[in-house]
Amino acid sequence: MTTLSQSGGRRLIDLVPHIVLIVGVLIFAFPIYVTLIGSTWDSATIGRGNLPLTPGGEALVNYGQAWSESHGARASYTPVRVMLLNSLVMALTIALGKIAISIISAYAVAFFRFPFRMAFFWMIFITLMLPVEVRIIPTYKVVADLGLIDSYAGLTIPLIASATATLLFRQFFLTIPDELVEAAKIDGAGALRFFVDVVLPLSKTNIAALFVILFIYGWNQYLWPLLITNSADMETIVIGITKMIGTGEAANDWNLIMATTVLAMLPPIAVVVLMQRWFVKGLVDSEK
Amino acid sequence: MQRRVIFDNKLLPYLLLAPQVAVTLVFFIWPAAQAIWQSVHIQDAFGLRSEFVWFENFQVVLSDPNYVGTVKTTAIFSVAVTALSLGVALLLAVLADSKIKGARAYKTLLIWPYALAPAVAAVLWMFIFNPEIGSLGRLLNRLGYDWDYRLNGDQALTMVVLAASWKQVSYNFIFFLAGLQAIPRSVMEAASIDGAGPARRFWSITFPLLSPTTFFLLVVDMVYAFFETFGTIHALTQGGPGKATETLIFRVYQDGVVNNDLGGSSAQSVILMVIVIALTAVQFRFVERKVHYA
Amino acid sequence: MATVDIRNVRKSYGQVEAIKGIDVAVRDGEFLVLLGPSGCGKSTLLRMVAGLESITGGEIAIGGRVVNELDPKDRDIAMVFQNYALYPHMTVFDNMAYGLKIRGIPKPEIQTRVAKAAEILELGRFLDRRPSQLSGGQRQRVAMGRAIVREPSAFLFDEPLSNLDAKLRTQMRVEIKRLQDRLGITSLYVTHDQVEAMTLADRILVMNHGVAEQIGTPLEVYQRPESLFVAGFIGSPPMNVLDARFDADGRAVAMPGGAVLPLDRPRPADAGRAVKLGIRPEHLALDAAPGASSILVELVEALGADTVVYGRLPDGESLVIRMAGLPSCREGDRLAVAPQPGALHFFDATTGRRLGEAA
Repeated sequence: MTTLSQSGGRRLIDLVPHIVLIVGVLIFAFPIYVTLIGSTWDSATIGRGNLPLTPGGEALVNYGQAWSESHGARASYTPVRVMLLNSLVMALTIALGKIAISIISAYAVAFFRFPFRMAFFWMIFITLMLPVEVRIIPTYKVVADLGLIDSYAGLTIPLIASATATLLFRQFFLTIPDELVEAAKIDGAGALRFFVDVVLPLSKTNIAALFVILFIYGWNQYLWPLLITNSADMETIVIGITKMIGTGEAANDWNLIMATTVLAMLPPIAVVVLMQRWFVKGLVDSEK
Repeated sequence: MQRRVIFDNKLLPYLLLAPQVAVTLVFFIWPAAQAIWQSVHIQDAFGLRSEFVWFENFQVVLSDPNYVGTVKTTAIFSVAVTALSLGVALLLAVLADSKIKGARAYKTLLIWPYALAPAVAAVLWMFIFNPEIGSLGRLLNRLGYDWDYRLNGDQALTMVVLAASWKQVSYNFIFFLAGLQAIPRSVMEAASIDGAGPARRFWSITFPLLSPTTFFLLVVDMVYAFFETFGTIHALTQGGPGKATETLIFRVYQDGVVNNDLGGSSAQSVILMVIVIALTAVQFRFVERKVHYA
Repeated sequence: MATVDIRNVRKSYGQVEAIKGIDVAVRDGEFLVLLGPSGCGKSTLLRMVAGLESITGGEIAIGGRVVNELDPKDRDIAMVFQNYALYPHMTVFDNMAYGLKIRGIPKPEIQTRVAKAAEILELGRFLDRRPSQLSGGQRQRVAMGRAIVREPSAFLFDEPLSNLDAKLRTQMRVEIKRLQDRLGITSLYVTHDQVEAMTLADRILVMNHGVAEQIGTPLEVYQRPESLFVAGFIGSPPMNVLDARFDADGRAVAMPGGAVLPLDRPRPADAGRAVKLGIRPEHLALDAAPGASSILVELVEALGADTVVYGRLPDGESLVIRMAGLPSCREGDRLAVAPQPGALHFFDATTGRRLGEAA
């Protein structure tokens, strides 16, 4: 193909893909850039709608204030460090919890034969069809009845069952050669020992990939924390931003909002960029 | 399907399944059952007694012209989001997959928006298109275009469509890239030798071979537009102005949480469940077919 | 070290009987090869000894102890698998040590045992590597090392050389033989490769359709195949099998195509009987003696050390001849061939069992 396109006089045409891709990259980067810049100016400058395209000098003030203080110039907020911690706890609990309960249930379904095996499998499977948004009101009621409103448990446990992760692990377990299991049996390993010594280490890549996807899933939860958290101490950062914005009037602490937004984006973006290889593989595999 | 070699513990598998099953029962099956139960009952004003009313809640919901309007909005919204995010992602993926310089860098730069929450994506768009503080929002007004998505329903819908699509492009992009990489080089080379130009190669080879991926993404994007964009809409327009950007999921929230109409909200939840189950079933028919081809 | 006694062992999967009652007593230190085509039940039988398959009927005893109900780990056996079954995430050392660790053997002893096995198998340099960094032959050695360090009562080999290329297979075959001679551990070895069976075995158990066709030393199995199946399975090219008939007084046998071979030992008891006559290709010679058959040469394969001639008898049946040295004929030639005296095998025409020797 290269030989075709290298033939003379096609230089300009060769540039077209680059131009389109760069435009694409810019469209995705521009809003982020604006937010980054905004977080370095004072709120009045932003509020006037004359945000320059170069950084201002207020970065330290803005981030410092957003990080630890509970009020801006115009309203009071939950400090970012509290919200970040809440988001982190939620994302980590959901990601690790989903991985943990999925890997053991996939192990049960793949490596044992027992009455109602398929019934359990299907029961887990249909949860695939019930995203939290669909069952939101009754699930909220259950959580309220259990007294879990405004608690980490209420925030995370209802989201922790995962058909996708269970299916992915099961699929992977089916590829572990029978002989490996037999060799372990002869070596004297029982079911639990085999799980810890062989299956877990072999699942490392899958666990890493799932972790990225599920961490982001957890971090980006919106409707559920919106319902479950009433107290400011429990607010997650994604919810926090929209609460700060309110109705979107010009007279807002925009500098703080933008700094908070940057801080809200950093952890998931870092996870995706740093773990890109696993994440892409995991995403594509888990949806197969 | 099952492995040939297994362990023969009797109790252990149940213990291993217990946490997942417990969570599923308490937070999935039970609420879903309740939603179905509530959808066929009406509670009195004090929530003390409820009466079995067959499909009355559904009738009420479906005959409400507002609900029909919401269905229409949802349809326009999801079709637009799906088409836009699929189209842009396909274009970018095809370009980034071709053997151009810096393909890797482009990929990394296009993948990361996946990490953003739909609500955060919405906030970013607001920073730009807000008529008072957003640079492009102000620019539009200065150019004489009367831009304020907070007042104009069509503009509001456009905004949420753009913000929701913008976030979903990276997901589609990742899958299109994976799909493109699965197309054997030799097929493309054979087509080149047969004299097919780039455009022709795309339409006669790449696109048909990508169709399983496209179809899969079609379903995923629909589900995304239906449910996950709640955050986008909540953060950007709160369903307004009026009901211009109210989608089905937003209305469930509105009726159930804000207006506290359990029966109506549950009936809507059941309708949504039927939609998801239908979408999932379609997807599995397709997965089965894919297995056939493999 | 121990005996392995297999007594009337059966295996059924639902209605299907895969093993139909096998009896064999493996002596202490003996190398028994289970030989047969795929699906004959040889692997199933081995896996029943290992405890990886349940036993439907009969009894298996290792070292005199009935193990029917014991888990694999309690049977004091070690197994080498066809695909090596090494733990991909463990080093060579850990692969060998894993079974010992589980058994709670003290660390210093594990070190010594692994070191010793590594020395025997020349794996010393590779102890820190992962299986993926090893060649096929080296992986096979690690698999054997894992068996050796356990110092079990019996080794079980399940087609351990099938995944290797031809050259490596020969080399590893010799190594396994040397190892077993040196360690003297009772071994059961499953293969479908007759060369492996002939070279490794003290005794061969030839299996077909879940039945033991014959148990004997390699030479017994070669020289006196007990059934047409064994006759056809062992030897390469396989034995010629022809429809023949003893004459009226049992002094000669009529070959297809008209030739009549005199018998060196008359069989009056079988006079007039239709039989299957087996002659190994290497026992046919170019010879114009009385009773010689005329064949038309269809194909000549010169293998260097010897030559294989594919011919056809006048009535159309094919006949294969293997001769030492370079070819002395060409396609289209007519040759007279006759079997060496005493090299005829007779089998019952219906049951396929070997007919007893003449009195």
